Amino acid sequence: MIEVNNLHKSFGDHHVLKGISATFEKGKTNLIIGQSGSGKTVFLKCLLGLFEPEQGTISYDGRVYSELEPRERRDLRQEMGMVFQGSALFDSMTVEGNVMFPLDMFTKQSKSEMLDRVNFVLKRVNLVNSNQKFPSELSGGMKKRVAIARAIVMNPKYLFCDEPNSGLDPKTAILIDNLIQEITREYDITTVINSHDMNSVMEIGEKIIFLKDGFKEWEGSNMEIFKTDNEAVTNFVYSSELFKKVRQMYLEERN
Amino acid sequence: MFSKITNYTLLILNPGYNKVNIVIFTARSVPLLMNYVSSIGSYSIMIREVFKKPTKWPIMKSLILKEIDELIYGSMGIIIFISFFIGGVVAIQTALNISNPLIPRNLIGFATRQSVILEFAPTFTSIIMAGKVGSYITSSIGTMRVTEQIDALEVMGVNSLNYLVFPKIIAMFFYPFVVAIAMYIGILGGWIAGVFGGFSSSADFVEGLQLDFTPFHVTYSFIKSVVFAFVIATVPSYHGYYMKGGALEVGKASTTAFVWTSVVIIILNYILTQLLLG
Ligand SMILES: Nc1ncnc2c1ncn2[C@@H]1O[C@H](COP(=O)(O)OP(=O)(O)OP(=O)(O)O)[C@@H](O)[C@H]1O
Ligand SMILES: [Mg+2]
Repeated sequence: MIEVNNLHKSFGDHHVLKGISATFEKGKTNLIIGQSGSGKTVFLKCLLGLFEPEQGTISYDGRVYSELEPRERRDLRQEMGMVFQGSALFDSMTVEGNVMFPLDMFTKQSKSEMLDRVNFVLKRVNLVNSNQKFPSELSGGMKKRVAIARAIVMNPKYLFCDEPNSGLDPKTAILIDNLIQEITREYDITTVINSHDMNSVMEIGEKIIFLKDGFKEWEGSNMEIFKTDNEAVTNFVYSSELFKKVRQMYLEERN
Repeated sequence: MFSKITNYTLLILNPGYNKVNIVIFTARSVPLLMNYVSSIGSYSIMIREVFKKPTKWPIMKSLILKEIDELIYGSMGIIIFISFFIGGVVAIQTALNISNPLIPRNLIGFATRQSVILEFAPTFTSIIMAGKVGSYITSSIGTMRVTEQIDALEVMGVNSLNYLVFPKIIAMFFYPFVVAIAMYIGILGGWIAGVFGGFSSSADFVEGLQLDFTPFHVTYSFIKSVVFAFVIATVPSYHGYYMKGGALEVGKASTTAFVWTSVVIIILNYILTQLLLG
């Protein structure tokens, strides 16, 4: 479980996060939604410890990040996995090299043990027979799978995904979403996902946080987001004609 | 920039230029100066970070070997090509400028040796390297920055500066070998141009090469090349690592990195020459 309390982050005069508090639960897919530029990536990078917030605390199962020693922070880092917006695979390494990288860096396993683990996670994300390919030879969806494999290879307790299905077709997007949800449940991970994709929200939004202008505007589940009267949320969620119609029908049915 | 220069010129040319303008002039330069100072500060912080929290040796070893291949071995061709022709041109130019029959013909060999060893091999080659190796370093690190690969390293708990920059610094310690080869090829080029161009006899040229030879000049040249090697490895890394933006900015950062690397090399060249030979 990750607890965030009153988080502030700015860049120069630009105040991006203006005091956000939230709780992300274990074994659940927690979603952060909001318009482009609303600070989702910044928020996630604060959770990862890549950005130092000016104010506020983040606690990981009771461990408050700002109070940890450098060595404890390093240990905590190794419990985190991250899937970046653009996959961020290392161009100079093969798929196998990418996934093996954290094992190679931080464990004392033998080559064959590492290979077994790599093949296991690659199979888990349904990517076989691509071990020796380079990232430039992969499709967007395959890159995402490699990125997920690399993020879970160290058995993380916390998994962060920045728009894991951006740039994918709706079907592949849902496959990736479901994959992340399955892995989250299977290994009881605290997963936080950034998204502005409404399909994801409906599909895997067990807990949703809506960011707007640096504040947490709304919080709830995918069931509740259908019924909410919060105008900012409905404007955002039902920005497409299709969803407006769906909501119309839903409300009519309810009345 | 231009207005600053005109301001400054006015200040010098016109003694009656009033105090207000002097204040304006200073006020304008302060942010620029602060910028440079803060860049030097963050550069120093970067260098300190590079040597902290080292990467596991087996991984580091393979990174260093890869960089030696890329930065040193990969530059050999262009360096040999340029040194050869520069050496030749120096010999021809010297020969053409000797019209007085009282000047001994061995001056051609002597002048070629001196200019190649003292300046062309260490400094000129370094400027070439700043272009070739420097732009490679800035663009490869810059691309990793914009595609979040550096963030990915940091998230995993890897010291990305050590991982990316340290192997380049170590690889560049082999740079004096490149300079040694440049010296040899440059002089060879001079000899070929001098002898086969009919400007000098081989005996005269070789005599000139041996005339008043000061071994310290070679040492001086190697000291310079070690310093320049460090600059070539780190200044472009700095520009790549701290860049912001996208693919277009990577290109701009490479250009800026080349300009700054050259400027730093030229300034250090002056300082080192004053210290070591002056
Ligand atoms: N490193 C940085 N330095 C300065 N400003 C930044 C930095 N990173 C983000 N910002 C600013 O913070 C704001 C939020 O950016 P962020 O990337 O978090 O948006 P986002 O919600 O992830 O958008 P998207 O959905 O397009 O990815 C933007 O206005 C951006 O300009
Ligand atoms: Mg984002």
